[in-house]
Amino acid sequence: MRRDIPYYVTAAVAGLIFGAGLYVSQMIDAYKVLHFLDFTAIPTGGWDPSLAFVMVGGLVVMVLTYRLFARQQAPLFDKSFYPPALTKVDTQLVVGATLFGIGWGMSGICPGPGIALIAFAPENLLVLLLAMFAGSYAGTFVVPGGREKRLALAQ
Amino acid sequence: MEAFTPIPATIGGLLIGLAAAILWVGNGRIAGISGIFGRLLPPDGSVAWRIVFLVALVVGTWGTAQLFPGLGVGGPGGEPAQLVAAPEGWTLGTPLWLAIAGLLIGFGTKISNGCTSGHGINGLARLSVRSIVAVAIFFSVAIITVTLTGVV
Repeated sequence: MRRDIPYYVTAAVAGLIFGAGLYVSQMIDAYKVLHFLDFTAIPTGGWDPSLAFVMVGGLVVMVLTYRLFARQQAPLFDKSFYPPALTKVDTQLVVGATLFGIGWGMSGICPGPGIALIAFAPENLLVLLLAMFAGSYAGTFVVPGGREKRLALAQ
Repeated sequence: MEAFTPIPATIGGLLIGLAAAILWVGNGRIAGISGIFGRLLPPDGSVAWRIVFLVALVVGTWGTAQLFPGLGVGGPGGEPAQLVAAPEGWTLGTPLWLAIAGLLIGFGTKISNGCTSGHGINGLARLSVRSIVAVAIFFSVAIITVTLTGVV
């Protein structure tokens, strides 16, 4: 699909800043994330609440953004917004969130940090990322592909 | 509390939020990383911007580490970034542990349509019921998983 230069510049700038945020917040540090998820460390003094502060920082900006731009009909560089097509809680959401939670708890890495870590190439990253892509691709046989199908499902 | 870094964490979170805001207001797309790479295959006409975004993400992480070394892991002056080692009771090796984790992360985020950025930041900010449910589930399951596996 042909789009204008500003569209791609926007994607690039957003990506750069997202990557910067993942480094500054240190969400690329699997152990830092795990020291938040490890609630057994709360009584023993090893708990790190930093992740909560990362979420709050992101949420403050996005809550404001959605409010400020609620009446916009279209984004700057495309004809329409692409909010999620599905609106109801369904089995796939619950099962998927559970499986993701297990994988996240096993590794302390979620998709963003996983990709960002390409910058530093820790040992075994390739295995993790290939598995992540394979798992995601396998999921495409479970959920409908394409926005039209998903929108139709949501009716 | 060990290694609690409220200020870089908050600044990092603000940056992630800013990135998501730019992608939404500019291109109308949700900055949910599982969705951004998850829709590379099968290709649907939106591959180019996804690649641009993801490459820029890696460059952003790398570049910021060069400019602000020593914030933690990664880059010059920082600890080397590393993935976890499998917990002690696991005898089948760390690569397999991580492969299973990766499969679960990829499959789970694909069928639930989001992750910590997609549901956690964008979805919660929109007061999406799906996201509230997803976040509650994946956080609590992750917390239980860490306790049960003893990975840290």
